[in-house]
Amino acid sequence: MTLERKHFSSTVVQEGTVQLPAPELVEEEKRIATPQQDMMAAIIGWILQGGVLASAAVILFGILLLPFRPGGLTLQRLQTFPHSPGAVWAGLIGLHPQAFITLGLLLLIATPVLRVAVSVVAFAIERDRLYVVITLLVLAILIASFILGKGGA
Amino acid sequence: MHLSALIIFLIFGGAILAGVLGSLVGLGGGVLIVPMLTLAFGLPIQYAIGASIIAVIATSSGAAAAYVRDHLTNMRAGMFLEIATTTGAISGAFLAGLLAPAILFVIFGIILLISVAPLIFKLGEELPVGVQNDTLASKLKLASTYPDQRLERVVSYQVTRTPLGFGMMYVAGLISGLLGIGSGTFKVLAMDTIMRLPMKVSTTTSNFMIGVTAAASAGIYFARGDVPPLVAAPVALGVLGGAIIGARLLPHLSNRTLRLIFIPILAAIAIEMVLRGLGPGAF
Repeated sequence: MTLERKHFSSTVVQEGTVQLPAPELVEEEKRIATPQQDMMAAIIGWILQGGVLASAAVILFGILLLPFRPGGLTLQRLQTFPHSPGAVWAGLIGLHPQAFITLGLLLLIATPVLRVAVSVVAFAIERDRLYVVITLLVLAILIASFILGKGGA
Repeated sequence: MHLSALIIFLIFGGAILAGVLGSLVGLGGGVLIVPMLTLAFGLPIQYAIGASIIAVIATSSGAAAAYVRDHLTNMRAGMFLEIATTTGAISGAFLAGLLAPAILFVIFGIILLISVAPLIFKLGEELPVGVQNDTLASKLKLASTYPDQRLERVVSYQVTRTPLGFGMMYVAGLISGLLGIGSGTFKVLAMDTIMRLPMKVSTTTSNFMIGVTAAASAGIYFARGDVPPLVAAPVALGVLGGAIIGARLLPHLSNRTLRLIFIPILAAIAIEMVLRGLGPGAF
């Protein structure tokens, strides 16, 4: 090995041998995210985890209410459950276990949707117009799916 | 069928088992939930799919939280590709409403068999080399970096064949919406094999996308009345608990042994699903 790389002379280990740092470590930055991106990652992580925990808690509450309802658990009960917001709301007021379980399931479905909505804001803060548009498009598709579902069979 | 408290409890137990197994072999719980609810509990397949898609959201969101914080996920690639997966998921959910249950059984079995294949032939190299951004990837700024713990350095990567990957993602979304599974195998296929992202980025970004993809079809299943709460609740809680247990167990178990044990089981389940669809006992 020739000794022409003078700028690495500080890392001479043995007589005549030059220890070259791994090129990747020199070229790439140690830090891969700006504090802003770190914060976004933290917020998105928090939404995902918080959403799952909150929905699990609501579902569990609904399940714990079940034994207090007369009539037992029949197929009839399996097949009659609220699947519109109005019916869920009415059930919640009446402390119906099925309504709380359904609310928990809806919270679970809403969790990734909320993650997308927050990402719109995140890209807007980064002034990344292209990704604001892309993320809004995903959000629009998700909202359309709920509207389409209502209209469908 | 009389849906007693005991059956709900058994479904919960089965879902825990599915969550543990799913996270140990890296398949997610969905592919095991639908066979369990249909074959073992005799539920109609559309209810099984509706309950499963909800559980898929729970496990994906729980795991994605950690990966996002560790900066393993490529959020830009994820967001862009979600346009394809959510559109696919909506198509899949509507298609599921049109197809006969027997056909759903057969498709499910075949997709499960395909999902098992990458467990036998491990896909992808550790780090892809010589990948150059294609025009769309540059425009969309998909190239990125991630910290690799094992290699102890930050890895930069580029992304190629973006339009083809986007198309494959539509298919992945369609399968997810049709069968109520995360279809992670197909998402990883699109990112790892087609777009040549590093394996760790592909798997974590796939996980990140699964929740949003599943939410698109879950809304349709829910509004259609195919998400029975008394089935979906024990399934979601069970799979979530099982996945947490599985993640704790994983470091203590040998990957090879796990594969040897579970691949035949998964293959048997897949064949059983196909037979159910083809057999005289079909719906």
